[in-house]
Amino acid sequence: MPYDSAGIVLNNIGKTFLSSSGQVTALTDINISIGDGEFFSIVGPSGCGKTTLLRILAGLDTATTGTIDVNIISGDRPINSMVFQEQSIFPWLNVLDNVAYGLKLRGIAQKERYAIAAKYIRMIGLSRFASAYPHQLSGGMKQRVSVARAFANDPEILLMDEPFGALDEQTRIILQQELLRIWELSKKTTVFITHSIDESLCLSDRVLVMTAHPGTVKAIVDVDLPRPRDIASIRTTHRYNELFQRIWLTLREEVLKVKSLELEK
Amino acid sequence: MKTVISILSPLTLLLLWEAAAFLGFIDTRLFSSPLNILQAFFPLLLSGDLLYNTWVSVLRVTWGFIAGAIPGILLGMSMGLSPLVRSAVEPMIAATYPIPKLAIMPLILLIFGLGETSKIFTIAIGVFYLVVINTMAGVLGIDKIYLEVAKNFGASRKDFYLTVALPGALPMIFAGLKLGMGMALILIVAAEMSAAKAGVGWMIWRAYDMFDIEQMFVALITLSVLGYFFSLVLDWMERLVLPWKQTS
Repeated sequence: MPYDSAGIVLNNIGKTFLSSSGQVTALTDINISIGDGEFFSIVGPSGCGKTTLLRILAGLDTATTGTIDVNIISGDRPINSMVFQEQSIFPWLNVLDNVAYGLKLRGIAQKERYAIAAKYIRMIGLSRFASAYPHQLSGGMKQRVSVARAFANDPEILLMDEPFGALDEQTRIILQQELLRIWELSKKTTVFITHSIDESLCLSDRVLVMTAHPGTVKAIVDVDLPRPRDIASIRTTHRYNELFQRIWLTLREEVLKVKSLELEK
Repeated sequence: MKTVISILSPLTLLLLWEAAAFLGFIDTRLFSSPLNILQAFFPLLLSGDLLYNTWVSVLRVTWGFIAGAIPGILLGMSMGLSPLVRSAVEPMIAATYPIPKLAIMPLILLIFGLGETSKIFTIAIGVFYLVVINTMAGVLGIDKIYLEVAKNFGASRKDFYLTVALPGALPMIFAGLKLGMGMALILIVAAEMSAAKAGVGWMIWRAYDMFDIEQMFVALITLSVLGYFFSLVLDWMERLVLPWKQTS
């Protein structure tokens, strides 16, 4: 592991659902140590439980077994903030109040929270839209606000669940580059879920490949591409292609397993 | 063009009415005529009789509306946010909602007596049901993702109410308030039918007793103006608190 200290340690995380057809194991035996300040991505076939894992980290779901330790650097910071896959900024708040939302719940005075929010709104290039409401924004702008809201909350760890999955490719590339820039400034421990191998390589320090049902650790791949990264040029490097190939071959087995299971049904 | 038609069509109707009355096609003792009504209107206005009775009704509607809407919003939000509260309260609401509010007026009169309280309470009950049902539906209709965002950002119970449930349900709350206002105007006339000594509804019944058709029409028109005025106030409040719903 390229980091001095662990940011998040997952011990033996497992999740079992009770469904009409009996118990379903979604996650099992997940043991990962994510470095402090690391950008950690998770890829896996659909239905492997990667979103469930992130929701457990976010406190929106509870694990059936195991424990999570988050290295708390500063006691008055929130533990995590999540960027959701779908449109999740409040339609009834303008951009400024959306970005300041977490700060407001933490009881930070209006003047101070607006100052912090304005800083992140500037970073995502939406200063002109600070008083606009979400219905006046495009999909890409909404996700920018969502990212800014998470960063402005200044959590110990950032959780992102395919935040750019629903965007068109051009917007996605621009937002990936912007995320990298903001992340490099803040150096926050980040757990990022994606179905795109390319995205995981462009952004991460390490990529976790999950197995198909039940989800567990299949492999962890070190992405030893230099930082700061330029997404456009990184893709043309030999190393990128090697890593892409390696992750795809690992993932491919699991995807095929899912496909054959679907055919049996 | 559309505006012209919208203005011309009611004017035409009034002209036809006046013409029918003038030519003796309708019995003016029962149907009156626009000019007769206008003639009756000015003395009622100048004597202060009309304004006083309108004011009495406006106060009753306003207090009844507030007394019904606030508990309706609060309970509706609790029912929307908490499945426990919903399970406990919903059967009672469902069972009592279909009872016509007019049917319980005698009971209300027995309990609260003949004073203002019984009238305000009658209106409050009618408004309450419409607001509570709409508010609950509004909270239940809020996309789950917003509750998850609030939870992820560490929202307290108060935060869930004030930063998600209330703003998210406001469009539906306003739909309930507007329906409630319509109901309040129906109930004010009924409430002033019995045991009242003033009010627009009381004017109608006084006109009935005195067979004063013109006065009855003046009161009816006043009710229509009141309804329009209250809906303007609600629209104005809605624009004020729902800036995010406009131009969408």
